[in-house]
Amino acid sequence: MSRESTLDRPLPNSQLERQNDALAPPSINQWKRTGETWLVGLLLPATLALGWEISVAQGWSDDRLLPTVSTILVALWELFQSGELLTHVANTLQRVLLGFVFGTLAGTVLGSLSGYWPLVRRLLDPTLQALRSIPSIAWVPMFILWFGIFETSKVVLIAVGVFFPIYLSLSDALRNVDRKLVEVGQSFRFRHHELILRILLPATLPTYLVSLRTGLGLGWMFVVAAEFMGAEYGLGYLLIDGQQTGRPAVILGAIVAFALLGKLTDWFLAILARRWLRWQDGFQSGVEHA
Amino acid sequence: MLEIRKIQKRYPNDFLALADFSLSVKQGEILVIVGGSGCGKSTLLRLIAGLDQPTAGSISLDGTPVLGPRPEIGVVFQEPRLMPWLTIAKNVAFGIRHLPAEEQRQRVAQVLKRVGLSSLAERWPKELSGGQAQRVALARALVGQPEVLLMDEPYSALDALTRHDLQEHLLSLWVDQQPTLILVTHDIEEALFLADQVVVLQSQPGRVKSSFPIHLERPRQREDTLFLQWRSRLLKELDHANRVSETSSGPVTRQHQTTAVG
Ligand SMILES: Nc1ncnc2c1ncn2[C@@H]1O[C@H](COP(=O)(O)OP(=O)(O)OP(=O)(O)O)[C@@H](O)[C@H]1O
Ligand SMILES: [Mg+2]
Repeated sequence: MSRESTLDRPLPNSQLERQNDALAPPSINQWKRTGETWLVGLLLPATLALGWEISVAQGWSDDRLLPTVSTILVALWELFQSGELLTHVANTLQRVLLGFVFGTLAGTVLGSLSGYWPLVRRLLDPTLQALRSIPSIAWVPMFILWFGIFETSKVVLIAVGVFFPIYLSLSDALRNVDRKLVEVGQSFRFRHHELILRILLPATLPTYLVSLRTGLGLGWMFVVAAEFMGAEYGLGYLLIDGQQTGRPAVILGAIVAFALLGKLTDWFLAILARRWLRWQDGFQSGVEHA
Repeated sequence: MLEIRKIQKRYPNDFLALADFSLSVKQGEILVIVGGSGCGKSTLLRLIAGLDQPTAGSISLDGTPVLGPRPEIGVVFQEPRLMPWLTIAKNVAFGIRHLPAEEQRQRVAQVLKRVGLSSLAERWPKELSGGQAQRVALARALVGQPEVLLMDEPYSALDALTRHDLQEHLLSLWVDQQPTLILVTHDIEEALFLADQVVVLQSQPGRVKSSFPIHLERPRQREDTLFLQWRSRLLKELDHANRVSETSSGPVTRQHQTTAVG
């Protein structure tokens, strides 16, 4: 019995307690600290915006080329009320999401294959690397010839942008999975698909999730390019329209909408990542960051 | 009965890790392999586990050759090697993934209880101490109820106190299930505490130097005179094995060396 008691003695593990703290709901103090961080971060832009607002209101400067925040908000509000804004946002969002889904699927499948089978890698990788060195926007004329001017060519362009970071980091991460963990699977006679699903993919999940976020960021970049090449709706169209009709407030309004949507979708992925990576034992994993 | 017949292992870089190596282990026996660093102990275990193939000779378990990993053979590596993304219970269930979920749950609960870690079933590996993690690795190997259990210096990274606990614990598990146990260690005391048979290896290339049946009664006391006598005898043997292999480059020069040392 004395053996049992020594085996089960409580761990002298203050780290454990600290980790449990991180899982507990944030205390009032933590909220305060987060609030403070926000305030400090907002200080500079808020001061600049306010200064500009005052200086325009006092007639010291002209807001014809650089509208004030209030003008931008009014422009956005008007677009919203007429229902236009929602149409643009919905169109752009749909393109990005479709492109993201297709790009992610292709990147995941090809990345897994080339990371797992050396033969596939030798076959596939040189070609893909060569294609990658072409700036994707250079494909636009070709895509328009192939897929027409409408949705398909836009979605394809975005998918291509999303594809590469995901393909690259997944195939690379797979090849670098700890051999020792793979060996555990082998000792239990895992088959190929079990090895991939139960060991390789989970082990590469952290890298994979980062590449999804990179891919999504590129998706947002490419949707602008895609919508520049002729669209009737979309935030990218709104940019062009604002320029052609000489309404800088509309341009900046569209930019603000891009920023918000980009941040929102990225935030969504970040939350997923945090949920799925609770097991991670990294330097600073579990430390909050915005 | 595990039988190793005249195996040789030459690595792709032409390094000869094991040569003309033969050994047989009876069902239910505890065989402990000791030897200096780099003498081929891990190589030998990997071959028995079927994780690697000998370049000559054969290994067979109960008459059938070991050509790859087999369900009757469980492995505990030098490091715990737990999957960091799975909870402790799921890590243990790795070994019996083909069973129905309900049976998996029962077997895992049972084996975790036997290694004394029931309360940690839902923890992540990062939340365990080194000794606890190594016990989880043991549970993962035991849950499939293997006939042969291979352990590669499982406790070498732990402090002496924890190591003693775990050695006793291992013996109590062995009494229950009586698997053939092949354990590699640096630690002569560990060898004497556990073994029915101790094999001392010599390196360059790895081969059996000598083999001792240990007939001490269990539970063994580390301060026992007989235990201490065995200890100094094995130490001398190990020291000798190391010294010979340090200066010799192979069996060819051995005779000459022995006279020089002796
Ligand atoms: N993959 C490999 N390729 C070439 N040589 C290797 C390889 N693995 C091991 N060796 C060599 O084979 C010899 C035996 O290695 P092994 O890992 O079996 O030693 P060991 O007895 O387990 O040592 P330790 O006690 O330090 O763990 C060593 O000299 C090592 O350099
Ligand atoms: Mg070793």
